[in-house]
Amino acid sequence: MQVRLHNPKRTVDVDGPVRVDKLLRQLGLRREAVLVIRGDSLVTGDALLAADDEIEIRPVISGGAR
Amino acid sequence: MKCRRCREPAVIDVRRHRAAFCRDCFLHHCREQVRRTVEKHKMISPGERALVAVSGGKDSLAVWDLLLDLGHEADGVYLGLGIGDYSEHSAVYARDFAAARGVALVEVDVRAEAGFGIPEASQAVRRSPCSACGLSKRHLLNRAARDRGYDVLVTGHNLDDEAAVLFGNVLHWQVDYLARQRPVLPSTDGFVRRVKPLIRMSERETAAYCVLKGIDYVVEECPMAAGNRHLRYKETLGQMEESSPGIKADFYLGFIERVLPLLDGVAETERGLVGECSRCGSPSTAEVCAFCRLAERAAATAVPSDVLPLAVGQLDGAGIPLEGHRPADER
Repeated sequence: MQVRLHNPKRTVDVDGPVRVDKLLRQLGLRREAVLVIRGDSLVTGDALLAADDEIEIRPVISGGAR
Repeated sequence: MKCRRCREPAVIDVRRHRAAFCRDCFLHHCREQVRRTVEKHKMISPGERALVAVSGGKDSLAVWDLLLDLGHEADGVYLGLGIGDYSEHSAVYARDFAAARGVALVEVDVRAEAGFGIPEASQAVRRSPCSACGLSKRHLLNRAARDRGYDVLVTGHNLDDEAAVLFGNVLHWQVDYLARQRPVLPSTDGFVRRVKPLIRMSERETAAYCVLKGIDYVVEECPMAAGNRHLRYKETLGQMEESSPGIKADFYLGFIERVLPLLDGVAETERGLVGECSRCGSPSTAEVCAFCRLAERAAATAVPSDVLPLAVGQLDGAGIPLEGHRPADER
């Protein structure tokens, strides 16, 4: 599957099917620090991602003074 | 995973609530969090006009959207900070949201208003960009709300923001800053009431809210914020949250409930020290307020903005305090 990542922006290929939690561990990401987006919705940690899914993993942490 | 409310398939799990939600129930959960926060802390009364500080990011657009859905009269204000393409890009999201919801967006160009942009200001005074930015925002947002007759200024600070600021203030035992770290800063002479309706929502929840509500926001981080202290505190707290879900909420919400009341006297004493800036008339504990001093130094060392670097992380770590660490006249 194609996984779109940010900071820096890039796309990586990952073998599927795979569960979201396992994918995040493979990529070294904390689940509380990201959202996993499939289409126009979100998926939970136990969701099974298919080999032909297109996924975006979006960081949620922002900083600086506001 | 099933939704806690309706048992339909969930789209998001919120570990600190030991719950998962489907789309509609999650949006309901967010509205309830904000409604209860606004009511509990008496942030906005019926009929009051609110001005939402909008950056184009997830938190400010989420809080604006939530307040509108809850029936509040809320316009937005966008500050053009002069941070190159990032500022131009961010403004588009704020404008698009305002147009989609049919609400007013006030735009203030910091360079036109104050004579400097954030990159040159931070260079001039050798403060971290986030410090100069925060100081400028607090001053100009208050001015924008006050001059246009709004009753309350709304910011999108979320649970993670507040926990990180609290963490920094506790590490340095900044008692006066702790006394000021409140969900509501009451209106006083020259200050419009400032409120933070998102203090019970994590930034993961505000981001999820935007995705599920179809709100486009700027995902990229400000190029000047990289590596700042606030982000490092967030990372530390995030690691603790991973192994102990709910610990951030316990830390910050416990502070509000159990510690802030003990600091009322400190906050009262500070308010008594606030006078008026001799230059701009804004509230200040000094003869000249921190913003006017920043503007003066930026003007004295002005260099063309197009030769300034955007990534000025080298200024960070210079021992300059960030958000939460600020003089009383720039609360």
